[in-house]
Amino acid sequence: MSTDPPVDLALAFEHGLTEGEWDDIVAILGRTPSFPELGIFSVMWAEHCSYKSSKVYLKRLPTEGPRVIEGPGENAGVVSIGDGLAVVFKIESHNHPSFIEPKQGAGTGVGGILRDVFTMGARPIASLDSLRFGPLEDPKHRYLLQGVVDGIGGYGNPVGVATVGGETWFHECYRGNILVNAFNLGLVEEQGVFRARASGVGNPVIYAGSKTGRDGIHGASLLASAEFDEGSEAKRPTVQVGDPFTEKCLIEACLELMKTDAVVGIQDMGAAGLTCSSFEMAGAAGNGIDLDLDRVPQRESGMTPYELLLSESQERMLLVARAGEEDRVFEIFRRWDLDAAVVGTVTSSGRMKVRWHGETVVDIPVAPVAQSSPELERPVSEPVALRERQKLDLAAVPPEDDLGGALEALLDAPNLASKAWVWRQYDQLVQGGTIAGPGGDAALVRITREDGTPTRKAVALAVDCNPRWCSLDPYVGAQAAVAEAARNVACTGATPLALTNCLNFGNPEKPEIMWEFAEATRGLGDAARVFETPVVSGNVSFYNETSGRAIYPTPTIAMVGLLEDWERHAVSHFTAANLAVVLLGETREELGGSEWLALRREREAGCPPAVDLDHERCLHALLAEGVGAGHVLTAHDVADGGLAVALAECAMTGPERIGAEIALADRLRPDALLFGESTGRVIVATDAAHEVLALAKRHGVPAREIGVTGGARLVIGPAAGASWIDTAVERLHRAWSDALPRRLAAAGGGH
Amino acid sequence: MLAVVQFPGSNDDRDMRFAFKSVLGAEARLVWHKDAELPGGTRAVLCPGGFSYGDYLRAGAMANHSPVMAAVKRFAEAGGPVLGVCNGFQVLCEAGLLPGALMRNHALHFVCDFPYLRVEQAVAPFASRARPGQVLRLPIKHGEGAYVADPALLAELERDGRVVLRYCDAAGVVNDAANPNGSVGNIAGVRNARGNVMGLMPHPEHAVEAGIGGTDGVVLLGSLADAVAAGWSA
Repeated sequence: MSTDPPVDLALAFEHGLTEGEWDDIVAILGRTPSFPELGIFSVMWAEHCSYKSSKVYLKRLPTEGPRVIEGPGENAGVVSIGDGLAVVFKIESHNHPSFIEPKQGAGTGVGGILRDVFTMGARPIASLDSLRFGPLEDPKHRYLLQGVVDGIGGYGNPVGVATVGGETWFHECYRGNILVNAFNLGLVEEQGVFRARASGVGNPVIYAGSKTGRDGIHGASLLASAEFDEGSEAKRPTVQVGDPFTEKCLIEACLELMKTDAVVGIQDMGAAGLTCSSFEMAGAAGNGIDLDLDRVPQRESGMTPYELLLSESQERMLLVARAGEEDRVFEIFRRWDLDAAVVGTVTSSGRMKVRWHGETVVDIPVAPVAQSSPELERPVSEPVALRERQKLDLAAVPPEDDLGGALEALLDAPNLASKAWVWRQYDQLVQGGTIAGPGGDAALVRITREDGTPTRKAVALAVDCNPRWCSLDPYVGAQAAVAEAARNVACTGATPLALTNCLNFGNPEKPEIMWEFAEATRGLGDAARVFETPVVSGNVSFYNETSGRAIYPTPTIAMVGLLEDWERHAVSHFTAANLAVVLLGETREELGGSEWLALRREREAGCPPAVDLDHERCLHALLAEGVGAGHVLTAHDVADGGLAVALAECAMTGPERIGAEIALADRLRPDALLFGESTGRVIVATDAAHEVLALAKRHGVPAREIGVTGGARLVIGPAAGASWIDTAVERLHRAWSDALPRRLAAAGGGH
Repeated sequence: MLAVVQFPGSNDDRDMRFAFKSVLGAEARLVWHKDAELPGGTRAVLCPGGFSYGDYLRAGAMANHSPVMAAVKRFAEAGGPVLGVCNGFQVLCEAGLLPGALMRNHALHFVCDFPYLRVEQAVAPFASRARPGQVLRLPIKHGEGAYVADPALLAELERDGRVVLRYCDAAGVVNDAANPNGSVGNIAGVRNARGNVMGLMPHPEHAVEAGIGGTDGVVLLGSLADAVAAGWSA
């Protein structure tokens, strides 16, 4: 007999449940819940698992399209890339655990997203990470950056999946809550997609992978579904510990197993562990499950039903096999030296019945817990100070008096500086498909079939969000995040296919935060509809708030594009001298929310640049055609830091440094022209300027030739012979590449 | 036929097979770590990159005790060519088939990069396609790649021409700035006294296609494919 505490409303409060939810539980059961039952409701109905605050908005996102095989609701989205192949992808947050324990928190974030992907039958082939920290001047944030990077590499490298890109961004608003969003994409045969369904009454429920321990209990509910405060360090025991070697074996064993017909359904044990996985599988099939906890492989003795059901021990899978096929399943797990055991049976009862030491400790109807979790329409209201922050009188902003100095300062700013320090610590190459790794607009990964046969196809991957813009206008900011991610993918020559999102926000119980969420999801949906890039998976992370201070709204967008012939792609740097430089898109006098304004005038104000979704679509088509025809050799998105920074990146990020002479005759004030962040712009380098300009005209995209590549200097001026900026590319490169190492080394690591 | 040893934590095993089968047109097969014998017809053995058994202990230490490694040792003792890449290099050192050891990188970080390498010994079976002094560009990706040897061993390796590859700059000059991990003497690859066992930290299997890492890896792996075709044995 376990020594469970008495269950009452007070204990329900301790579990993060509300009084209304407590009443619902008692009504569903017709009695007071047992202690393990209370634990189950608390995790299943916690924000992290139930999406109770966000559901009403997520329902409005476009999720369907001709290529979509599986949209939101499964472990990850599945999108066809033709020829019988599909990609499986998702992005997910591991913010709170990474703040508490950066290495394990980030590592298990990678582990979790990999399991979401291979659970669907796909081999994980490429990862991205979107990271946000507080200022690097803060030793705590240098420690967090180093720990998170160590954790991502320490998990992703041994597990054998290339980390091919990502973003790293620093801002005061993340001082109390860092963001670690991990993306993974896998490859599967369209016919080989698996789903989390406990089908077939009488079929065995099999547990496989690591043994269950006491780690991570209430990670999803108490850690991920509540605000931080001064005492959050005490939550360290709720962080799980990862074992990438076991995960690697689990990937191989599951993929091997899924080639047989022994498996009916499969689900990883992630948030809320055995509880969430069994409820979801039973719920999806409309069945029940009888579980016997005594048969669960256990790492330590004396674990209670409550602990066994709520443990978030990593690297565990739950699968339903065809009755009679148990031995085939065990044989494969044995081959990989992994534990596997039958822990239950699929029933027609529609109930989850859990036995332990011969007694029934849980008896709950599945449907009300799995599918009828609460759905809230929380109050929304626009933040009172927002209109004031959006006001920016440019005439009152002193013009930049040192344009060359400003460019160097921007390249040295942590947000724009080279992130090589980060991604040099990741294996970018394993599995042999990396055509373009981190550092460019989008990563490009060649698709090779599971049997080792290479194809002509490649996927382009990019992850983006400008939180400053989202803070100034979450609707436009979210649109811009989708537009930038799509533009980055298009710069390779690929066509954007579909996206996944990780919506990081503050406390949803506050109307201002809920308003930001409503606006951001509206912007995201509008952009995704125009681009016909459905939202096929995603994750919401609320409560990124410490002692009442929330992060900027950060709807991270990961876009996946398809290139039919990988050998025809563009790069984001200049490849040769004497190429014409063409600017696609229009530059407006937009300095609101720019990096320049924040860095040089210490202001975060104004409206973010306008987003023209139809123009962006034309740009996608133009780039795909121009790259495919071989006219566009370089295509680089103009983003943070504006045109001057983008030109510097073209000049200094290739294997050779190649300068350029640029003439930008225009009416705009020079700082807006050089550092303004108008959207919808791409720098192209071409040996066929005439064709590119004609193509742009045909696609209705404004375009003009602005200069020529070559030399060792980047020269930008109003006309040939006059210059605002005239700097050696090598000097720019040094400022840009030393920025992070210098800040990390000068401070001595900060441990 | 080339046998690619597959430990449970091997990561570059399939890439190695891809390089031989799809690029070089040589037959290559994965061999499971629990197999006590190499398949009949094995003409060369490859120990690929990865993390053998998780490498939570010293990299490659546990792999030395696996059934397949006993067979690999017998194969090497009989004069068959054995090539270890990255984790495979670590495993061959732990198994005593190669001298020296691989320690944590001097910067204490995992490093993924594309350094230049100078070919010091352009001979069969691993570098016959290279010109002496040829500069190759191959990727590295490791946390424990600092090659260490005591002064006596180092002198022996240098004297006997057993250093096959060294980290260098684009012009082929060996200097500290070109050393990515703190290896003694910028050593990136060594062979045994008989010349039939070699280990290197860079990954030739990730540089076999123009457009995906370049083709410099073909120089090394193609040499081994040639040796196998010619029935090479020490």
